[in-house]
Amino acid sequence: MESKQPRLRHLRGGLFWVLCGLALAVIVAPAVAVVVGVLIKAAPVLKLSLLTNTTQDVQNPGLQNAIFGTLAFAIGVLVIAGPIGILGGIYLAEFAPRRYGGAMRFFSAVLAGVPSIVVGFVAYVALVVGLDWGYSLLSGVVALSLIILPYIIKTTEVSLSQVPRSLREAASALGLSRITTIRKVLLPPALPGIVSGLVIAVAISTGETAPLLFTANFSNFNPTPVLFHNPVGYLTYVTYYYIGLPSAQSQALASAAAGITILMILLLIFGGRLITARQRKMVARLDV
Amino acid sequence: MILVRRRTGGLPAGPARVGRASSADLSRGDRILRWVSGIAATVPFAGLAVIVVIMVIWAIPAVIYSGTTFFTSTKFFIGNLYAPTLTVSNGISAPHGAIYGALTFIIGTLSSSLIALALAVPISVGGVLMLSEWIPRRLEGPLSTFLELLAGIPSVVFGFWGLTVLGPLLAQHVFPTLARLGVVLPFLKGPWAFNGQGLLTASLVLTLMIIPIIASTTRELVKRVPVLAREGALALGMTRYEMVRVVIIPYVRTGIIASALLGWGRALGETIAVLLIIGMANNPPANAYGTTSTLASGIANQLDAALSDFTGMAVRAIAELGLFLLVISLLTNLAGRLVISRVSGDALPVGRGI
Repeated sequence: MESKQPRLRHLRGGLFWVLCGLALAVIVAPAVAVVVGVLIKAAPVLKLSLLTNTTQDVQNPGLQNAIFGTLAFAIGVLVIAGPIGILGGIYLAEFAPRRYGGAMRFFSAVLAGVPSIVVGFVAYVALVVGLDWGYSLLSGVVALSLIILPYIIKTTEVSLSQVPRSLREAASALGLSRITTIRKVLLPPALPGIVSGLVIAVAISTGETAPLLFTANFSNFNPTPVLFHNPVGYLTYVTYYYIGLPSAQSQALASAAAGITILMILLLIFGGRLITARQRKMVARLDV
Repeated sequence: MILVRRRTGGLPAGPARVGRASSADLSRGDRILRWVSGIAATVPFAGLAVIVVIMVIWAIPAVIYSGTTFFTSTKFFIGNLYAPTLTVSNGISAPHGAIYGALTFIIGTLSSSLIALALAVPISVGGVLMLSEWIPRRLEGPLSTFLELLAGIPSVVFGFWGLTVLGPLLAQHVFPTLARLGVVLPFLKGPWAFNGQGLLTASLVLTLMIIPIIASTTRELVKRVPVLAREGALALGMTRYEMVRVVIIPYVRTGIIASALLGWGRALGETIAVLLIIGMANNPPANAYGTTSTLASGIANQLDAALSDFTGMAVRAIAELGLFLLVISLLTNLAGRLVISRVSGDALPVGRGI
């Protein structure tokens, strides 16, 4: 470097940073453009009847069935993937032998990398056809649960292992059993992190379409508590399907569904982040 | 999903490994919890195993029927369902004229994902370096929310946006300029669809979708670069750019490669966004803007029709597409995680980098 002219060195550096600045702009601008673009398309077509009518309505179709369906899936994955994920995370953080834990962690991460359409296909042949559940809420919930389980396990494990070691040592010195230590000492400070993990997992499942296409299919009617042989509508399908239909009414419905989906997800993600931020403060306080 | 902020100072976190409890030390409740939670922790592994086994079993008849045609033919045709005779190949019968070539889908998948990868790596790394080395600390947090935003946008919304906003914009204002390069690179000459649907638009949207994976890993690793090494470089009189090149890049290189592999895996398997944007055509792209299909979008697009095949072979053929997709995305994932596991495996996100 000593042989180069200082001016050349600074010129090179300047060029590099200009390119980096451009790269950052290419990240920030589309993120804004997608959200704003979709909301602008959705804003003119948002109206109250979207909440009161279903997609069945020919004159003035709404999204009630899709919104209820999406909520049903959110509740479903919380009920199925929630407990399994939290327990799995507890095991990996507190009980797992090092090598076995490492292997399970690895496979969990790999599962998160399986394309969602493959999960959907497997759920179709195994559950919809194989176990004869039919197009149903349960088939869809199981497919979605497989997709978000790794997130919940990971956030639970990370939240637990962030609890200061001094607390564990204190609990151990008091002779507390592991189960009491987890319940009374470790879970309270870890809880916000776990909850925010759940919230973000629900956000991810809310945005999924591919695993539901052939498991939940779609229904123009509101979801009913029948778990088998009972197709369920959901918001992402409305966007996916109606955008391909030529009529202005269908396009408007697709835009509205996209707008509502993204609003729901933004709300969930930023809600989750707020909880994480609170937890960080809490853990920091425990530490002193 | 990186929730661990590296703790600087303070007490060590994590389970105390003081006198590791053997099972004799555990109470009955403890042992029950250990068993139940242990089973829960095995569910992802079991799920993965079930997925692989089912895909293999379902694909076998199609693998036998197609043989090497799978890799050599660009024609995917489920056959004439109304013909009086069946086509028999390697002892397996399918509707008349059925041919299950995957080459179109393979070309579409590889080209779209590689274009996305080639764009996403420099953009992510450059953006993160700007964010962590140049932007004032105060702005770093707010600006990095945009990364999370990008990671959180659902696939179908990307598809919707690509189809209704980005595609038309590109077709009107960007592709005409790019086409001038057609003199040097013939595949850029055109023509393109009026609404921009096709390979290039899909690749650009895929780029946006994998940026968060690569960027979040790079960001995490850049934070871990030892401060003494940075300061040492600056004290030697290096410019900030030279410090980045000599100190930071070598430190994060492995992480970039690993996260690029993960990002590639995600681009390979992305379904709905690509399905909406790439044009659902059953042929290889005619040029850089051409409409085509990928493995994932092909599966989603063809399954409905395949279900009407009374011999059931079309669904098997779709399973073979799915199996191939599963294998390549598992390979990229495994490779990515193995590359980095020795160094700093916890920096890699699970899934899409929220």
